[in-house]
Amino acid sequence: MVKVYASSVIEAPPDRVWSILRDFNGLPRWHPLIEASRIENDEPADKVGCIRNFTLQDGGVIREQLLTLSDFDYVCTYSILSSPMGVQNYQATLRLVPVTDGGRTFVEWSAEFECDPGREDELRRQIGQGVFQTGFDSLKGLVGG
Amino acid sequence: MPKIFKSTVIDAAVDEVWGLLRDFNGHDRWHPAVAFSEIEGGKYPDQVGCVRNFRLRGGGTIREQLLALSDSARSFTYCILDAPLPLYDYVASVALKPVTDGGRTLWTWRCEFDAPAERAAELVRLVGEDIYEAGFAAIRSVLSGQAASSAGTVRVARARSEAVAAASPGAVVGPTADAISAGAIVVHEYGGPEVLRWETVSAPPPGRGEVRLRQTAVGVNYIDVYCREGRFDLLVPPGVPGMEAAGVVLDAGPEVYGIGPGDRVGYACPPVGAYAEVRTMPADLLVVLPDGVSDEVAAAGLLKGITAEFLLHRVHPVKSGDVVLVHAAAGGVGLLLCQWARALGATVIGTVGSAEKAALARANGCAYPVLYREQDFADAVMDITGGQGADVVYDAVGRDTFEKSCAALAVHGHLVSYGQASGDLEPVDVGGLASKSATVSRPNYGHFIATPQALRAITDRLFEALRTGTIHVEPRQRYPLAEAARAHRDLESRKTMGATILTVGG
Repeated sequence: MVKVYASSVIEAPPDRVWSILRDFNGLPRWHPLIEASRIENDEPADKVGCIRNFTLQDGGVIREQLLTLSDFDYVCTYSILSSPMGVQNYQATLRLVPVTDGGRTFVEWSAEFECDPGREDELRRQIGQGVFQTGFDSLKGLVGG
Repeated sequence: MPKIFKSTVIDAAVDEVWGLLRDFNGHDRWHPAVAFSEIEGGKYPDQVGCVRNFRLRGGGTIREQLLALSDSARSFTYCILDAPLPLYDYVASVALKPVTDGGRTLWTWRCEFDAPAERAAELVRLVGEDIYEAGFAAIRSVLSGQAASSAGTVRVARARSEAVAAASPGAVVGPTADAISAGAIVVHEYGGPEVLRWETVSAPPPGRGEVRLRQTAVGVNYIDVYCREGRFDLLVPPGVPGMEAAGVVLDAGPEVYGIGPGDRVGYACPPVGAYAEVRTMPADLLVVLPDGVSDEVAAAGLLKGITAEFLLHRVHPVKSGDVVLVHAAAGGVGLLLCQWARALGATVIGTVGSAEKAALARANGCAYPVLYREQDFADAVMDITGGQGADVVYDAVGRDTFEKSCAALAVHGHLVSYGQASGDLEPVDVGGLASKSATVSRPNYGHFIATPQALRAITDRLFEALRTGTIHVEPRQRYPLAEAARAHRDLESRKTMGATILTVGG
């Protein structure tokens, strides 16, 4: 089992950050790698169990299922159903923690998955830096340093 | 049921912060509300179920039990068993998470409890602000103190604080029953060097929070002369002078943790009593010496090095390009000021009393030694600086030099008066400072080492500077402890250069 963990601090209150992240269909609005997204079967994006079907800038298509959504704890958990990444049993969690000292937001993004031996480092880097950290950097640009 | 949630981001790696917070009995080392803490029943502080029993600085005792501890999640949970406040069913958790983007740490501290409705708001404020937020600030301050040292080899010994984790229960060495007779210099009445008498005194077994040292080297400082003369009330006859020494711990009293028999330690602070072969004193005044710092270097350099550190880094932070005038540049503190100011990129001008001292000062980074008996030093400073003057003057001579030191200052210059070897200062004409927009400071050594954290921040930087060779100290005069009077005579007659120590035994 490969684990990836990345975290950051966003200079905006958690409610503001959460208003962006809780939208399971909203990736194209804040993540630069995502070209377009739709929820399959026209379900609402906050219906636990819904599936987002999105297209990457490079044309790849990924389908992910919403497993947990907590407005109380600022947590979103999802799994990958199909992707060109070559990962199995991929499950990820996005979580916010308020930083009461300064009205900021701690954001952490973690994932666990399996993959072919020898690809662990490449995938860990691709996901941790390419997806998670890139997302943080973009969020900072949207809502503040 | 009131709940509190507080969180902050600390500018340090998560393992570093966890290293401080993980110790369930360590909060008296950093939390301002906690006076001292101990674990009941000889358990380890990382033994789940252990109870910490601690006294608050404001009075009152609290007992808290460790319910969960996780090194993988970097968190612990605890509850209150007894407290002088109506915090019922209080359960709290501390957790750390890494901020991978920037190497920082998220610290969350939360709790739930029951309380009488009319007191809930007050208790939420008290716990949230005076305990949690004050704790955030305290850890920040501890870490910023440590940042001065990359080595981290220095431990400041604190009475009753360091975790018992390293030692098995009961391993703290108890005092031996007997006092130890040993030689010491005793002052029975204020006066000249002749009042320093060699006698046999008794070093009692260490009490609570104390250790007994067999001293190996004792530092001689001008403040010892002031104490002997009665100019400072630090020494009240009959008493043993001296505020700086190094040695080995013989035995430790109860509630001394983090330091034990065989440890090499040093100190440079009141109370007086250093001119002795064996001494019993509070453990929390001691600094454990790193391997690279010998007993003689510590005895010769701790007080002077601490002084140089706060003069150059705190009272007036010297920066590259500054012109610095150091009085008594070939003296103990003077040589360190020359070396360190030079290393910081300053141009150092120094006053000295002889050609031999000029050569020594020059070899220690003083670019322009000025023979003050032959040349007016204020004129010399103006000549050397093309009429600009010195950005800072470090003056421990006092009465004889004060006026000219002011004359040697640049506009916006800073005169730091840190001693009065030539006699007490006249009242300062504050209005006269306007001619240069000058600043005058009179730092007091004690204020810079008032807390173990402050002392440690200074000694961290000092030991690092010694380790890297930025500065070096060596005793240039050695006298047997019994001949302290001769050492004082030589010091007062300006015969000595650099640091002087008294040697003990062999």
